[in-house]
Amino acid sequence: MKDEADDLPEVLPSGPSAFIPTEEILEEGSTHEVMSDVLLSEGRADHINMVMGLHPTYLACFQRTQDALLQLDGPLPLSWRHYIVILAAARHQCSYLVQHHSSAFLLAGGDESWLRGVHCAPPKIQHLQTLNKLLAHRPWIITQEHIQELVCPGAEARWSLAELIQAVVLMTHAHSLASFVWGCGIHPEPEQTEDQTLQPCSPTDSCCSVRGKARNQQEWSEAVNEVKLLMERMMMVQQQGEEFTQEEMVTRFERERTESLLEPADVQRSVLPDCVSRFVVDADFTYQDFSPRGAQAPPTMRAQDYSWEDHGFSLMNRLYGEMAQLLDEKFQVACALTYHTMAMHSHVDTSTLRKAIWNYIQCIYGIRYDDYDYGEVNQLLERSLKVYVKTVACHPEKTTARMYFSFWRQFRHSEKVHVNLLLMEARMQAALLYALRAITRYMT
Amino acid sequence: MEKMTRVSTINGRTMFCHLDAPANAISVCRDATQVVVAGRNIFKIYGLEEDGFVERLNLRVGRKPSLNFSCADVMWHQMEENLLATAATNGAVVTWNLSRPCRNKQEQLFTEHKRTVNKVCFHPTEVNMLLSGSQDGFMKCFDLRKKESVSTFSGQSESVRDVQFSMKDYFTFAASFENGNVQLWDIRRPDRYERMFTAHTGPVFCCDWHPEDRGWLATGGRDKMVKVWDMSTNRVKEIYCVQTFASVARVKWRPERRYHLATCSMMVDHNIYVWDVRRPFIPFATFEEHKDVTTGIVWRHQHDPYFLLSGSKDSTLYQHMFKDASRPVDRANPEGLCFGLFGDLAFAAKESLMSAPASAGDVGRKTYPGGDRRYPIFFFKKPDVTEQFAQVSSALSVFESEADSSAGMDWFINTAQSYLLSGKPFAELCEHNAHVAKSLNRPQESTTWTMLRIMFSEPANPSLSTNHNLNKSGNLPLVNSFSMKEMSGALNERNKENRQDNIHSLETNLNNNDENEETEGSEGQAEYLFVDDELDDDELYSMEHDNQPAEESEYLLPQEAFPLRHEIMDHPSAPEPLQEKQESPHVSGSEAESMCLTPMESFSLISVSQQLFSPHLPPKFFCPIVKEMLCYYAEQGDVQMAVSVLIVLGDRIRKEIDELMQEHWYMSYIDLLQRFELWNVSNEVIKLSTCGAIMCLNQASTTLHINCSNCKRPMSNKGWICDRCHQCASVCAVCHHVVKGLFVWCQGCSHGGHLEHVMEWLKQSKHCPAGCGHLCEYT
Repeated sequence: MKDEADDLPEVLPSGPSAFIPTEEILEEGSTHEVMSDVLLSEGRADHINMVMGLHPTYLACFQRTQDALLQLDGPLPLSWRHYIVILAAARHQCSYLVQHHSSAFLLAGGDESWLRGVHCAPPKIQHLQTLNKLLAHRPWIITQEHIQELVCPGAEARWSLAELIQAVVLMTHAHSLASFVWGCGIHPEPEQTEDQTLQPCSPTDSCCSVRGKARNQQEWSEAVNEVKLLMERMMMVQQQGEEFTQEEMVTRFERERTESLLEPADVQRSVLPDCVSRFVVDADFTYQDFSPRGAQAPPTMRAQDYSWEDHGFSLMNRLYGEMAQLLDEKFQVACALTYHTMAMHSHVDTSTLRKAIWNYIQCIYGIRYDDYDYGEVNQLLERSLKVYVKTVACHPEKTTARMYFSFWRQFRHSEKVHVNLLLMEARMQAALLYALRAITRYMT
Repeated sequence: MEKMTRVSTINGRTMFCHLDAPANAISVCRDATQVVVAGRNIFKIYGLEEDGFVERLNLRVGRKPSLNFSCADVMWHQMEENLLATAATNGAVVTWNLSRPCRNKQEQLFTEHKRTVNKVCFHPTEVNMLLSGSQDGFMKCFDLRKKESVSTFSGQSESVRDVQFSMKDYFTFAASFENGNVQLWDIRRPDRYERMFTAHTGPVFCCDWHPEDRGWLATGGRDKMVKVWDMSTNRVKEIYCVQTFASVARVKWRPERRYHLATCSMMVDHNIYVWDVRRPFIPFATFEEHKDVTTGIVWRHQHDPYFLLSGSKDSTLYQHMFKDASRPVDRANPEGLCFGLFGDLAFAAKESLMSAPASAGDVGRKTYPGGDRRYPIFFFKKPDVTEQFAQVSSALSVFESEADSSAGMDWFINTAQSYLLSGKPFAELCEHNAHVAKSLNRPQESTTWTMLRIMFSEPANPSLSTNHNLNKSGNLPLVNSFSMKEMSGALNERNKENRQDNIHSLETNLNNNDENEETEGSEGQAEYLFVDDELDDDELYSMEHDNQPAEESEYLLPQEAFPLRHEIMDHPSAPEPLQEKQESPHVSGSEAESMCLTPMESFSLISVSQQLFSPHLPPKFFCPIVKEMLCYYAEQGDVQMAVSVLIVLGDRIRKEIDELMQEHWYMSYIDLLQRFELWNVSNEVIKLSTCGAIMCLNQASTTLHINCSNCKRPMSNKGWICDRCHQCASVCAVCHHVVKGLFVWCQGCSHGGHLEHVMEWLKQSKHCPAGCGHLCEYT
């Protein structure tokens, strides 16, 4: 058990993350075999890999999926795949991914002129923009008409279903990865910063000042108490056999979903760099709480009616078999990942906490589990954590170091990264489910 | 009771009714007169009347129905006709008693499960025993006389998808899990399962005990399979396996039919299939009524195999009659035909078809000259009385071609290897290829090449060889021997007459021809010509003016509505009568043949004319003909010729031909080449092709997987260092540097290095440069 809060090293600006001290990443991450695998195969580990390396089992799985998605056989040409990732990442203003995939796009033989902006790409790709926009911000709006527009035989430059599925996976992958990049404050790669036109894209607030506060002895003991309290609540939730009326459950769900107070204050950011904005159309379209009581509001999606395990997988398996297996595995790893530790405690069953985070994220995206009591979310997730989770999931570009440091103050960084992994996967699954449901409806 | 049911159901028919909401599950009561439909927003009982469903009862009462009504599964008790149980998505298990006097029929509510309950199941003979399986990984057994569960069975945190009491063993039940396992439990021993085995990869969505065969369990999974397991032995054995098209959501054995079961799928596919497990490749019967995924299937009565009820997400409830089912077998093609790599031919057909011409094997031999019907292998399937499939014992025969026979594909390989496609002037390429074709005894192709040379290049000296080829081309052995003698005789006659008359007007000419034909009694052909004549009237007229001494070849013309050819035919140079005689039958032979062959004929005529008249026509002029010729070759299956010509002609013809068609030809040719392992040729073709889609073939799948030379384990795909043993792999044995480029290695000892280094080394020494003592050889 390390006591890192007492002795947090200063962050080097060149480290992989603005939030997490480089030493900790190196200490926990690169000793592991998966990391060295990455190092050897890529020649170097990029910052995402280094941060994710805190959770090697997940990293291995993530790498497999990403490789299959971007490198291996699939219906879309390699350069197109990178271009789609660029478009998707640009929606969340993630210049890290945009830069990374721009060079990959050129390496894959992509046409340089496309990088001048989305208007230079072929119309077929441009048609994808609506879907991209919806997937990124309001996936619940996606209907079969959106799919039909792209797939129907009459359409010019039409998409085949197999291509579309791959594009959808690529986009959701990029969106959720953008969440991760923002959520963990990933620094731009060294070669990216050399680019003069590029401004540092990750949050630049000095994290040291924020963290400095945590050194205060009194706050520290407060934090220790918070952990104890949380653990007690978890025990309680697990044992609790009390029953609630139907209405109570629904209200609880709605309450979680519509806590719009949690919207982050608008962080003043420097103007979006051109290298990102040129890939964005309709930049004002962002996440918005839908009012479920409104007349034309889309109904809540019930997890029991369209679940990944039953329906999503079956459809994906039909259209893009190998990816279905990989994603299934990735979701499972992400859901099951635990070290039975919590801050300074070990041998803790964290399943309720993980479940609460997962369900909270999907709840923000309008997916409801009939068999889950959303009161648990309220009990287990402190307010600052909710703010952080909701921001990273819905407005990742607004994440600040302050948010990162204000929740779970006594937890390890690796545990916060763990939250990010859950976030990323839950978010990706939610968006995928909406898209796949629309495709299913189109097909029937 | 049973009898009554049967009587009533015999009068039933395929019928359906609209539900208000999608159904999740259905169940029938024991006497088969009522069916309960349950879903997220529906919970109703329908009566099964002779001519339709009648709504009997809506169990969803109350202003704001609770989630307890949101049913994932429903079951009607098979002993007690007033008792129902539902599994709710919020984890509640509810029982309903229809005999309750008030509107709310809910009897008991068990909320012991933490997550969605996927399945409830009543004991088949015990009135008060109910079993549930839930997403939280637990199965619970309830005694309906008590308020709580009697026992809990833990599936080790894996979600339970289905639970089923055994029909025959009082204490046994089966549970299927999301991780692909199936467990057998004894109801008296909640501490441990009796048996566990992995049935599927991915979730097992359903299972069903055979109603009669003790120990037979059918399972269906997300891996699209239905498997039948025999549990009666010590080791669980998979006895049947049916591969379906989509994840299997439900499986139900068909009553009274030992080998039949019905399935429906979770996604994509909306049909209900009834399979005979012994015939896993084609469904025995299909019900195709539903418009969305079928979620529940149940046989209406446990002893009646003819009625199937189904509920679906499309909000309909159907009763399917077995007699109305479609039988895919009837639509299946019972014959199969396939060529082997070396020209062998396998043919499978219904045995009845095969046995008849058993003596007529001669026919077969003639059709495949040089072939030998060496093994007529017969696969017999013992006719099974219980099996209701159409009698389908088929016979498989294999026709083997002799190695040196012309039926083999040697010509293809030789041609592919010897053709020149680029690197020389056009005329030389053509000449070369013509020679190649000729030497391989393929005169038609040879002539084509010569033609092309003449058409598209500056007029060369009329060479004798061309003429020679022409004669040969006339002798093509391609014609069906169908009444050839007669025809040629007839034509000969005609020719003579025509010449004598030297008729100028085509119409009269044709009339004459008609008369001739009539007198000679081959009416069919006469008609044929006549019809065409009408069609081509105008052109024929114009031709007349062009050239008065119309030759007998004009008779051939009307058959193709192809103006160019007529014009070319205008100046034939009085070929030798012999040649004519042989050509004519080709053209006016059987319809099909003539259509295909005429282009060739016209070419030979062109060439002759070219020799005599200097070519006034620009190369472009020939494009339509060449295009047709290429199409002809491709149609005949000789894509080799089509593609070779396409490449050699290059820009001269490319624009004339549809891009897609070109691509199609290229793909076929490349595929053929690769099947014959002619990698170099195939690569050359890819390189020379002008289609974007083809050229990028060379850029795909360029990954080469290698193992580390030190630890012999697979290398990751990038970098020079093995990630396992951390040493440089692929080190040159001569200079001991990492080889980044062409690496050559000995197949014997697997040592190697830079191409130049190894070449040099082996010039001086016979031994391996690595010093392993192997005598390497560089060829």
